[in-house]
Amino acid sequence: MAESIIIVDYDAGNLRSVQRACQAVGVQAAISSDPEAVRQADRVIFPGVGTAESAMTTLEASGLDQALKSFASSGRPLLGICLGLQVLLDHTDEGNRSCLGLIPGQCRRFEFADASFKVPQIGWNSAHQAVNHPVLAAVPDAAEFYFVHSFYAITAHPEHVLAQTTFGDQTFASVIGRDNIFATQFHLEKSGRFGLALLSAFAQWDGR
Amino acid sequence: MLSKRVIACLDVRDGALTKGVKFVGNQVIGDPIEKAKEYYDQGLDELVFYDITASSDERNIMLDVVSDVASQIFIPFSVGGGIRSVRDASALLMAGAEKISLNSAAVTNPSLISDCAHAIGRQNTVLSMDVRATSDLSACASGYEVVIQGGRRPMGLDALAWAKQGCQLGAGELVVNSIDADGMKSGYDVRLTRMIAEAVPIPIVASGGAGTPAHLAEVLTEGKADAALVASMVHYGEYAIGEIKAYLAEQGIKVRTNF
Repeated sequence: MAESIIIVDYDAGNLRSVQRACQAVGVQAAISSDPEAVRQADRVIFPGVGTAESAMTTLEASGLDQALKSFASSGRPLLGICLGLQVLLDHTDEGNRSCLGLIPGQCRRFEFADASFKVPQIGWNSAHQAVNHPVLAAVPDAAEFYFVHSFYAITAHPEHVLAQTTFGDQTFASVIGRDNIFATQFHLEKSGRFGLALLSAFAQWDGR
Repeated sequence: MLSKRVIACLDVRDGALTKGVKFVGNQVIGDPIEKAKEYYDQGLDELVFYDITASSDERNIMLDVVSDVASQIFIPFSVGGGIRSVRDASALLMAGAEKISLNSAAVTNPSLISDCAHAIGRQNTVLSMDVRATSDLSACASGYEVVIQGGRRPMGLDALAWAKQGCQLGAGELVVNSIDADGMKSGYDVRLTRMIAEAVPIPIVASGGAGTPAHLAEVLTEGKADAALVASMVHYGEYAIGEIKAYLAEQGIKVRTNF
């Protein structure tokens, strides 16, 4: 039986672009908002655009928050993308909201004294790999990816930082993870060949 | 460090790629999807499609183009032209666009910007403004005026004031398009671009007038633009995207060269 890959649908943006990117690397993924489907999946992709506040409210109302926590503890591979990375942390300053708590840490807004650094960060930036990770091994170090965000992750434990990016005078964690969780602040579905390479590597990753 | 972006602009009419000069006389020059794919393979950073279809009956053709592009091209792209409601904007995002670009309808109905920003997010809401130099400094103190309906209707609205207002209403990015420079290949309006870039806290895309890679270098440095839009100079094969980016990198401008 083919592996079941679920893209979590919680009313947070354009999931079809993630699904199309999966198709482009030969991976069939289904979009679902059913908590049970998430619990049972072999692999979960958790994308998202919009605000962390409304995302968390929707996740809690639908029971997807508990399903994601239960999936994360299963050891099966979980991929967070953009807002999907941010809400994995304990807390975000965006709306002062508590989040899923799957990776210890928090999200803060970019604040720059120099007005020439414009927020949100929109565009391509390099991800400098901090560790050897089987998914990141699919792309060269310092490969560029497409970012759109105003908040960034700060993990409580440095070992959860998988890659770093510098925007303005701020260096932040652009890829975070632990055990079976891998999450990117950038949109790998919009990041050309290297983004697709990461998606393909995730689809083959055993979560270890 | 964030790279400066090179964005190709494709004017689409009834599903075909076209190009005009100073917003008029658009000729069919190819297939938008093939062109988009060619640029994607050359390392283009982003695409903009402007739907210049005259009749609203043919809007669905654009949704098909967007959907085809989205299944073959994995870089961000925005779509503008004829977006009058949140519903129009949402339909384009659902078809696969990353961002939508508001123009004329936002000038006549500014709350469209805040409505879109609220419904689809600031970062997906681009305000595109078509601007022309004016000598009427009593109405337009900046010396630039906003013009709508494809360059046909001057609004007596100051370009700088509109840029600030658009930003306050929730636009996540501004495209500043000089009508005077459009299709002339004699360089961007650097003064205009810089004036607006210094006045708003969101990224600025310079548009209109690119003829050589040096024009991009100028507007990305002196003009303080975050991204530069190209059309004629690449559509007719005069320059390749890779060639433009290699030039910018040589000038010490950070661009994405490994892709």
